[in-house]
Amino acid sequence: MSFAPYAAAAWLFVVGLYGVIASSNLVRTVLSLTVVQSATYLVLLGVGYRHGGKAPIVADIPKSSRLVDPVTQVLVLTDVVIEATVLALLLALIVQAQKRFGSIDPARLRALRD
Amino acid sequence: MTRRGRLALFAVAGPGLLAVLVVGLHGLPSFGDFHGVYGLLVDRIEPGQRHATDIVTALNFDLRAFDTLGEEFILFASVTGVALLLRHLRHAEGDLERSRSVADHRFAGASDALRVMSLVLIPLLVALGVYLALHGALTPGGGFQAGIVLAAGPLAILLAGRYLALKRVAPQWALEALDAVGATAYAAIGLGGLIFASAYLENFLPLGTPGELLSAGMMPLNSIAVGLEVTGAFLLTWTEFLDQDVIVGRDEL
Repeated sequence: MSFAPYAAAAWLFVVGLYGVIASSNLVRTVLSLTVVQSATYLVLLGVGYRHGGKAPIVADIPKSSRLVDPVTQVLVLTDVVIEATVLALLLALIVQAQKRFGSIDPARLRALRD
Repeated sequence: MTRRGRLALFAVAGPGLLAVLVVGLHGLPSFGDFHGVYGLLVDRIEPGQRHATDIVTALNFDLRAFDTLGEEFILFASVTGVALLLRHLRHAEGDLERSRSVADHRFAGASDALRVMSLVLIPLLVALGVYLALHGALTPGGGFQAGIVLAAGPLAILLAGRYLALKRVAPQWALEALDAVGATAYAAIGLGGLIFASAYLENFLPLGTPGELLSAGMMPLNSIAVGLEVTGAFLLTWTEFLDQDVIVGRDEL
């Protein structure tokens, strides 16, 4: 079972990529991109886990406790913030696409095809 | 390339990528068996030398404080981008007045029960957000999480189906100011380190007793600054998008 989180991450990455490629709606493309990105959360959290490790909050646990790695957890926090900002920007671009081209089907964005 | 062409290409490339990923990820330490030393070092330094008990927040606002500065400005830049992209679609501020009939916006789901529950939610969300910001260095929480929860408070007004009331409680100029003040405050706290200690963003405040509210040096201040910025940034983003729907209106799409 020790490879399971990474296998799930690889799966999420590829499935999300399929969504990006196959979707005929830009909103769905962007949501698929968030699926791709969630693979990175799984990898980071999976890498930092230690068997029997506690959350790295040392307020009320004995000093000798085994902790999971806090560094990868902070990276996930950064990752989440960046994802939220990128998502907002991409969605704003989609609103623009709808207003300019009257469609959010990537195949119908004429300006992109020419 | 047509959609069919793309899919055909992916049918070959997708499984190939999956195989490469699986092989590559096999090289990682097996799950639960991580031996990174940085984490162990941080586990000692942050409670010992900084008197913080939430090591994740401590990393964020102490060892990685400079990264967090960058992260903050990424958020700031992207919110600016969203405003730039969406605002020129809007004609003028006067639209808000003209569209009042459309914009008393009650969406179909706003029943009386939902309206009352949203009112109950608002103080709870705000209290939780303030708690998360202040206790960031002690228990799970910190500025980013607090900001999202705080931003959800005013958003509950939207659940009650009153978008204009939300605009009155959280007008755009106030959100812009909140966003900017939060970002500036974080950078300014860093200057404190330059003046009173030896380096930018270095701790210059008394460390206090571990586990008490006023401990861990400047971390609570950083946490509050980030919390303010995130609150402003997310509320601004959401209202920019909602404006598109409510004020510019569907028929102009």
